[in-house]
Amino acid sequence: MEKKDIIQSFKDSLFTGLIALALFGPIVGLRTASKGEGLYITPQWGIVFLLVGLCIIGRFLINLNSARKTEITFFSKFTSKFSAITEDKAKHFAITAILFAIVFPFLPFTDRYFMDVAIMILTYIMLGWGLNIVVGLAGLLDLGYVAFYAVGAYSYALIATTFGWSFWICLPLAGVFAAFFGILLGFPVLRLRGDYLAIVTLGFGEIIRIILINWYEVTNGPDGITGIPRPSFFGLPFKRSPDEGETSFHLFFNLEYSTMHRIIFLYYLILVLALITNYFTLKIRKLPVGRAWEALREDEIACKSLGVNPTNTKLTAFAIGAMFGGFAGSFFATRQAFISPESFTFIESAIIVAIVVLGGMGSQTGVVLASIFLIGITEMFRDLEQYRMIAFGGAMVLIMVFKPKGILANRKPTILMHGDKK
Amino acid sequence: MEYFIQQLVNGITLGSIYGLIAIGYTMVYGIIGMINFAHGDIFMIGAFVALISFIIFGLTGVALPIILLLVLLIAMLFTACYGWTVEKLAYKPLRGSFRLAPLISALGMSIVLQNYVQVAQGARVKPMQPLISGGLEFFKNSEFIVTVSYLQIFIVILTIILMGIFTYLITKTDLGRAQRACEQDRTMTALLGINVDRTISITFIIGSSLASVAGMMFVLYYGVIDFYIGFLAGIKAFTAAVLGGIGSLPGAMLGGLLIGLIETFWAGYVSLEYKDVAAFSVLIVVLIFFPTGFLGKPDIEKV
Repeated sequence: MEKKDIIQSFKDSLFTGLIALALFGPIVGLRTASKGEGLYITPQWGIVFLLVGLCIIGRFLINLNSARKTEITFFSKFTSKFSAITEDKAKHFAITAILFAIVFPFLPFTDRYFMDVAIMILTYIMLGWGLNIVVGLAGLLDLGYVAFYAVGAYSYALIATTFGWSFWICLPLAGVFAAFFGILLGFPVLRLRGDYLAIVTLGFGEIIRIILINWYEVTNGPDGITGIPRPSFFGLPFKRSPDEGETSFHLFFNLEYSTMHRIIFLYYLILVLALITNYFTLKIRKLPVGRAWEALREDEIACKSLGVNPTNTKLTAFAIGAMFGGFAGSFFATRQAFISPESFTFIESAIIVAIVVLGGMGSQTGVVLASIFLIGITEMFRDLEQYRMIAFGGAMVLIMVFKPKGILANRKPTILMHGDKK
Repeated sequence: MEYFIQQLVNGITLGSIYGLIAIGYTMVYGIIGMINFAHGDIFMIGAFVALISFIIFGLTGVALPIILLLVLLIAMLFTACYGWTVEKLAYKPLRGSFRLAPLISALGMSIVLQNYVQVAQGARVKPMQPLISGGLEFFKNSEFIVTVSYLQIFIVILTIILMGIFTYLITKTDLGRAQRACEQDRTMTALLGINVDRTISITFIIGSSLASVAGMMFVLYYGVIDFYIGFLAGIKAFTAAVLGGIGSLPGAMLGGLLIGLIETFWAGYVSLEYKDVAAFSVLIVVLIFFPTGFLGKPDIEKV
């Protein structure tokens, strides 16, 4: 490298520093805090100088090695090797993962906290798989997926508290309701272009939330619905002292009462629900409708000219995705025994979209890895919670810039014209 | 009748704010065909910069008009830096990527900006004492007195001035010509020796500065902001841009006014709780039945 280049890149870094100063100076450097009546400013110049310094050094290093290109190749080499491995060993990986998931509750180090985190991760895996049908397979960016989750949760809660029906009747009903809402929304909007569709689904998600907040008579407004019945083990409730005429789970199996029974049951419940979602997706991908989804994702005009009805095809994807969202929603309701509109904000939708996008749209394994990574890791570092969403958003941008098809780019067509050429 | 006029005045004020944000959406859409999802958060940052500078200048005791001018310039400058950086980091590397990539990247950027401000400035709402108070009163004899505050007059006049400057910039200067040329055909414009990347950057800078002015107005008008204001305002401004015809600059202003009026009248006559539903419903209805908006060109998909 010549001297001129070094001076050039030094100047460039200083410019970066200047911009960084302008960015961080007012927002980070001058923190507003209310004291008494008015607002006061607490300067925090230390952090600003640290950030600006980091930007200058970072930029300089990038310039020096012109690291950007090597970084990209390194990054993509790494991820493509990774995805190649997972692709080759997809079956082994899946079986190992499922076996691990089955024995997980009985491992010696598994305690209540681990189980709660695992249930949460599995819920997000299920939501991710459900959304993957819409985003990954059909290529429709749905930013309001949480609306279907909410519809599922609320319909479960309302049916269960009003009629007192059991979980196993309410679950399919909740799914049906969510699918119905999916069709209701999808029918008019699915002819829209991709980015418009994303915004409209976002608007729909917000409308549902605002209705949930304001429709006091039915949804009890911001206070939410309490006392949602817990699921029972085929009619055997998980109670320490069952009501008269009832036998509870631990009495029936002659076990010592423990709250873990219910947690373990919930864990298996969501595991089974998630696996059903996955199995369904894998199967439907090979059916004509699944193939039509993927074809539509790749080229809508070509599909139209070949006689595929885009609106109906997209509508099925939308409805099926919504249905799985509804299932996950009713699981959420029964697990929490309490739901309120606060659980169904736009951020929730964004997290699910982030999981699907980071995993590589269309990749089932990717969703699992992304959920474990995004939900699990951030759960471990609870103290840093406020930085969590910055990392989420930042990861979405980075993935789009460096590896737009996701960490596990699995958009391999499921069918090829002359067999699988290698 | 008096109530109607009062709502009209409020609606026009609100519409000016939405219109200024909508210009940023429509310009970016016109030139690179993407929905800049982070634009609402750029507006929010503009509001924060304005709030911080209001506090600083409030301590110095300078005359009010000078404070307003200084805050306006400072907010525009610093917010423009954000717009520029966001474009460089999150959108520029994505030209030629698949269609949804910029939208997802913009969504990520929006999440980053929102939470960054939350971490840096705290999650609590930030109240500010009103700077411009008082107003003109009409229909003093009737039951309902219509008040047009000086602040509302200030907002509307400032919007008109900015729109004038902006229209001049776009229609009469070289910069505006380059910008409109990029909108029509980027490759051809590049062949004719215009720096397309620079033009796109400038588009983002202009859009962000206008959004920051809207942010400043928002601080003055509502007197309270938090890190989340960008989301709703962004969606409404996007609705405005679509309603006016996306890609059309007068359309953005027209759409902004309409959305402001619709929201105010809905809140005044129909239901206050569901006022945000009104904006979202307009968005959905317009996109489905009327995707070209009032002044937009039909969007024909070609192979």
